[in-house]
Amino acid sequence: MAAGMEWLWLRVRRVAAELMGLFVEDAGLALGSLAWIGVVWLLLPALRLGVHARALALGLGLMAILGESALRAARRRRG
Amino acid sequence: MGLLHAGTTLVAAFLASLVECVEALTVVLAVGSVRGWRPALAGAAAALGVLAAIVLVFGASLARIPLHLLQAGVGVLLLLFGLRWLRKAVLRAAGLIPLHDEAAAYARSEAAMRTGAPGSPAGRDRVAFAACFHITMLEGTEVVFLVMALGAGLHAELVRASLGALAALVVVAALGVALHRPLVRVPENALKFVVGVLLSAFGTFWAGEGLGLAWPGSDWSLPGLVGVYLLLAVALVPACRAQAAAAPVRV
Repeated sequence: MAAGMEWLWLRVRRVAAELMGLFVEDAGLALGSLAWIGVVWLLLPALRLGVHARALALGLGLMAILGESALRAARRRRG
Repeated sequence: MGLLHAGTTLVAAFLASLVECVEALTVVLAVGSVRGWRPALAGAAAALGVLAAIVLVFGASLARIPLHLLQAGVGVLLLLFGLRWLRKAVLRAAGLIPLHDEAAAYARSEAAMRTGAPGSPAGRDRVAFAACFHITMLEGTEVVFLVMALGAGLHAELVRASLGALAALVVVAALGVALHRPLVRVPENALKFVVGVLLSAFGTFWAGEGLGLAWPGSDWSLPGLVGVYLLLAVALVPACRAQAAAAPVRV
């Protein structure tokens, strides 16, 4: 019974890890993107920015996060 | 007058659905050319199946689900997926990761499958499947809501709008069949780069729509997002090479 549960737990973890791997390769990129989406959604309206400006801020912020992630990975690849 | 109204509903549903279907086709074709047609088509077909099941089960009550919640959820997933893909494409183009790492990974998983190793994907490329599933689900959800809006709760109108959407799907499927062969001649790594750009642009667009933001120019901002992501990715390639060259070597 305990061995069966352990096997099931291992399978669940493996499937979860595979699913996670589809979306997350660099945790900084994924968490940074989610955090920026949160900022645009929850904090930027307080600055009274219009919906067009917030859309542009979303796009530009995500591009900056992508650029930072690629450059950081490039620095690490050297080693 | 009745005939004119009926025709208007059908044509409006056809044209609006055509736009959404072409958007999905763009990504499915690109992913299929890069990662293989079977997982790409399976992903698109699975999304169409899920959408059809949802429509059959929930019917008109679907109109009460806020569209932006669906857009936000699926859009964010597509965005994470697209950014991950584009980052990898940039590093690959900069020569920092092997050009054919996916092929090697696929060959490894195929070998693992042959030897019966547990946990190997059953011959399916989950990345291609997921990309095509997400984009078809997003665009398909839009079509479903569009049909419901144009149907205005009247059975006859709903049927006309559904026929218009179905006709658009058939036209776009035929377009896909005609276009998939020429696409194979495009260099694989250039296509991978373009797929990353497309997924990131679509993901950004849908995440924004889901958050209730308005893109300048509405749907026309999509080509703009594609262009800016492409410029950024192209500029990142030499920048990444320079960063790697400047970084101290670890011993």
